[in-house]
Order: sequence, then C-alpha cells, then structure tokens
Amino acid sequence: MNVSNERRAGALLEARELHFAYAPGLPEVVRGASLALGRGLLAALIGANGSGKSSLIRLLGGVSQPARGEVLFDGVPLRSLEPRVRARRIAYVPQASAGVFPLTALEVVLMGRSPYTSRFRFENERDISVAHDALAAVDAAHLAARSVTELSGGERQLVALARALAQEPECLLLDEPSAALDLKHRAGLIRHLARLRDERGITALIVTHDLQLLDPAFDQVFAMRGGAVAASGAPAEVLRDEVLAEVYADEHVRARQAFGRTFVWSE
Amino acid sequence: MNCGEDTRRCAGVGEHDLISSRHSQDGKQKPAAKRLPRALLLLAAVLVVSTAVALWAGYAPIAFADLRGDEMARLLFFRLRLPRVLMAGMVGASLAMVGASLQALFRNPLAEPLTLGVSGGGALGASLAIAFGFGAKVAGVPVIFLAAFAGAGAAMLVVYRLARTGAVVMPGALLLAGVVLNFVAASFVVIIQYFTDYSRALQILRWTIGSLDVVGFDLIWRMLLFLAPGWIILALMARDLHLIALDEETAASLGVDVRRSERLVYAASSLMVGVTVAVGGTIGFVGLIVPHAVRLMFGEDVRVILPCSFLLGASFLMLADAVARTVLGAGELPVGAITALTGGPVFLWLLRRQQRLAAM
Repeated sequence: MNVSNERRAGALLEARELHFAYAPGLPEVVRGASLALGRGLLAALIGANGSGKSSLIRLLGGVSQPARGEVLFDGVPLRSLEPRVRARRIAYVPQASAGVFPLTALEVVLMGRSPYTSRFRFENERDISVAHDALAAVDAAHLAARSVTELSGGERQLVALARALAQEPECLLLDEPSAALDLKHRAGLIRHLARLRDERGITALIVTHDLQLLDPAFDQVFAMRGGAVAASGAPAEVLRDEVLAEVYADEHVRARQAFGRTFVWSE
Repeated sequence: MNCGEDTRRCAGVGEHDLISSRHSQDGKQKPAAKRLPRALLLLAAVLVVSTAVALWAGYAPIAFADLRGDEMARLLFFRLRLPRVLMAGMVGASLAMVGASLQALFRNPLAEPLTLGVSGGGALGASLAIAFGFGAKVAGVPVIFLAAFAGAGAAMLVVYRLARTGAVVMPGALLLAGVVLNFVAASFVVIIQYFTDYSRALQILRWTIGSLDVVGFDLIWRMLLFLAPGWIILALMARDLHLIALDEETAASLGVDVRRSERLVYAASSLMVGVTVAVGGTIGFVGLIVPHAVRLMFGEDVRVILPCSFLLGASFLMLADAVARTVLGAGELPVGAITALTGGPVFLWLLRRQQRLAAM
C-alpha cells in the first residue's frame, strides 16, 4: 500500500543519462539526457532545432532504444516491458505524417486498439466503441468516416491524438502536435490535453517550438540543449531570459509575464 | 511518409490523396471484421468460376462430359490443362500477395515485384542457372528456384538500401532504383544469352517472355513446397503490415517490431517472386492490378487486402492465361504480355492520381 502511494507521488516516466545516435559512428543526438516526468502532469519539451527533442521523446516511448542509460516507466525499466504491453500504457504520436493510403479516420483510430487484439482477430464491438469515444473526446466524432488523406493538417492531428487515446494509455507522448495547427486549433489541442489530465489523470509530454502555448495549462517544462536536458521546472522557472538565452544560445531571447502567462520572443 | 523537421511544408502533401477514396462518399463503412468474410465468399465464388472458365478454354475447348470416356481428352486435361491452370492460380496468388505486402511495407501504391526490380533480379539469377546448365526442367528445377530466389533477394536489398535514408523510404527513389535495376538485370540476361549456346539461349528467351507451360504435376508440387511458406508468412504479417502502412513509427509505438517484419516480408517476397519467375518468367503488374482492385472493392485494411489479393490474384492470372492461350487461335501469346498490357495503363492511371509525388 505504501509502495503504491509512494509511486503515485513520484515520477511516471524517468530518463537516466540517455545516449543515442542514429547509427554507430554517427554523432550522438542525445548526450546524457535525464528527466523525471511527474505523474498526472502536462509537460513540454522545448529546445532549439537539432537539440535532440524528437530523439529523446522516441526513447521515452520505447520506439527507439538508447545506446546507454535507462528509461524507467512507473519504476520499471521500459526495456523489460513487452512492446504490446508497453503500448497499452504509453502512446506515442510522431510528427505529422501525411499518410499514403486513404484509410478512414475510424480505421486509423482503431489501430490504437491493436495492442489489445490478437493477431487473427479484428477489433470487437468494445474496441469500436472505444475508438468512437476517443474521437469524441477530441471533438472529432464527425471525422470518423472521412478518409485521412482528405483531412486538413489540424484534423489529421486530432485523428492521431484519438488513435493514441484509443490505446487507453497512462502517458501520452506527442512530437510537435501543434506544428500544423492554426491559432484556434493549437489552443483547442492544449485544452484537450489539459482536460484529459484533469478528468482521466493522463500524463502528457509534448515537444513544441511554440512557447506561447506553455502556460498556464502546463505543469512542467524541460528545455534541451545539445542533446541533454539543460533546465527543467515549472513554466515560470524555465521561461526566463537567462535560462532561455542559454537554451537557444541566443542572448536576444526575452520572456515577460503579462495576462497571467509568459510571452517569449527574440529581439 | 514521415516528414522530419519541416512538418509544415510536408503537411500539404497528404491533402491531395494518392488514391481517391470511396469511403468519404458512402459515409458508413462496415467494420473490417464484417467485410472480410463477405469479401472472401465473393472472391471464392469468382475463383470457382474463373477456374472453370480457364479449364474449359483453350485451343480445343474441353467438353467436361468427354472426360469420363475419352482417354485422349482425359490425358489432355489432367497432364496439360489442369496443371497449367493450377500453376497460373498459384503464380497469380503469390504475385498479388507480394504486391500488396510491398505496397504496405514501403507505403507506396506503385510498388510491386516488377516496378521494384525484384522480378528483374530473379530473372537474372534464373538466367545464370540456365546458362550454366542447371536449366534442365526435371531434376534441375530447384536450382533455378534457388538462383532466382537469390537474384530477387539481392535486387530487393539493393533497391531498399538505395531508397532508404534514415527512417524515410523515398517513394520516387524506390521506383527509379527498381526501374534501373530491371534495365541492368535485363542487360545481363542479354549478355548471357549472347555468350551461351544456341539451345540454352532459346530456352532463356522463351522463358523471359513469360509462359506458364507445364506438363504434369511434379513442378506443381515443388512450387507448392516453396510458395506455401511464403503465403503463410505474409498472412501472419497482415496485422503488422496494416500498422506499418500508416507509418513506421506509429507501428513501432504500437508494439510492432518493424525491422523483423521487414526482414520477414523481404524473405517471403524474394522466395515467392524467385519461384514464380523461375517457372513462368517475369509476369508483371499482377501485384499492382489485383491489390488495387481489391482496395476499390473492399477498402484499405491490409488485413482484408492480403487474403483477398490471394484469391483475386489466382483468378486474374488464370483468366489472363486463358486469354493468352486462346486469343491467337492456334498460337499462344506470352501471358506476361497480357498482364503488362492490362497493368501498364493501371500503373499510369495510379501515377496520374498521385497528384504530387513527394520526394520525386
């Protein structure tokens, strides 16, 4: 009982000194990255282009394996989880991919049920209702029968998020989910994530370049530089002139508080 | 395809879909679990009809009633007609299944054994086997099988290595590499024909054009021994391929071992293409026409497409071969010419629909 209480309080996902290169001999893109993602929190991973954000989030999702270091999920090494079991607990959404085949949105969301279905079974009634619920949870129920190749970038992002939700995960890892979205849809996406956190206790980490998105909804921010996590903490602690100047290697970066949120720009 | 750092630029690509969908029009689509049994039932019926037509058609149409009494008719039927129809069915089923698998694996609707150069590699391997005297049809058949298998496997590796950069397989590069590989393999086959003796050169020529000539059941059993494992492996991979067809990273995050799936699909495809090339020459475009016909009828779920392609591929090549046997009256057209004449336009039609080919 005590142990589970202790676990609940601690980090859900923890990276310890991760190292990763795309191939042996190539320079490491992740160099000693460590972070602890709190349970039930909404967190962001920021940093300059090429700082290793996408690589790190793939390592956290178990999509690629670190050369050195370890990822712990709920106190257990991620490596020790069978991949399909892992997929029932952690959902990863890669950067927007256009898709080639005109699958329907529902078919794509149903793929999120594959960790629960055996090789020779199709999805059952419950899987189908979970998929419909997942689409409804991101206000995309009307897209179910549409072909994903006909959707706009924003709609496709919602379908990808619904696919991740259909996995019924404890943890969502999203790589630049807001990149293809306009102002309204970005705000909508963050609202969805905050609601999933508040209503279902889902922990989420998103990679983003969009620092305006970050508060007040976010609980934690991790800033990467040169393949390692250079700063972490509450948004107000990380989104400061001197920290951001360091993270982006740009002394012109400014961060100011106004209207209860932080505005960041480079002069 | 995956977009790397610049998602904004890449996001526009998908807005013009590669193949238009009928799903958006008819609104409600039955779940795959309900679609597959109906599809299989329908295509099994088509296969029965196609088999009957293919068995009946020929230079001398067979009156099935004669088979009871007429010894000559029986011989003709059981030694020539039936094995040939079975062979066409097995080759067609295999090529269609391989095409459907490669399309999903590479996320490229234009991929198939011929366009990726896999058939060309198999043909080169088989030509070498014939030129060095392993072409004797009775005892030497497995050697041709293995040589064509090796050639097809090597071609597939080369094409894949050339087209892959990091996590992304460039669709344009994949097809270009395949076309060039076909040219190179074809040139080697010509050189081999030039240097080998007359009878073997003729044998290679007859065989490169593609024909499903067969006498008796020996070869059929051997083919089955080599093809059946391929059918089983690809059928087992259907779920993984369905996920990989969306994108590799999503598939990996859902628990698919993408590299292992890739290796298995390569091995099975090379084996099947090798065997079909060894017995029938390069029969192109079956792997393109059939899976796309299935898509138009039954949607995009690879778990539906693969078994349906198996059945429809068998029907398609049986009928194509029946046309090849009958259209000239006394003579016979190579079946590869029939499939290419049908498949070429289909390929161009698909290419046209692909309004913007990324990374071309």
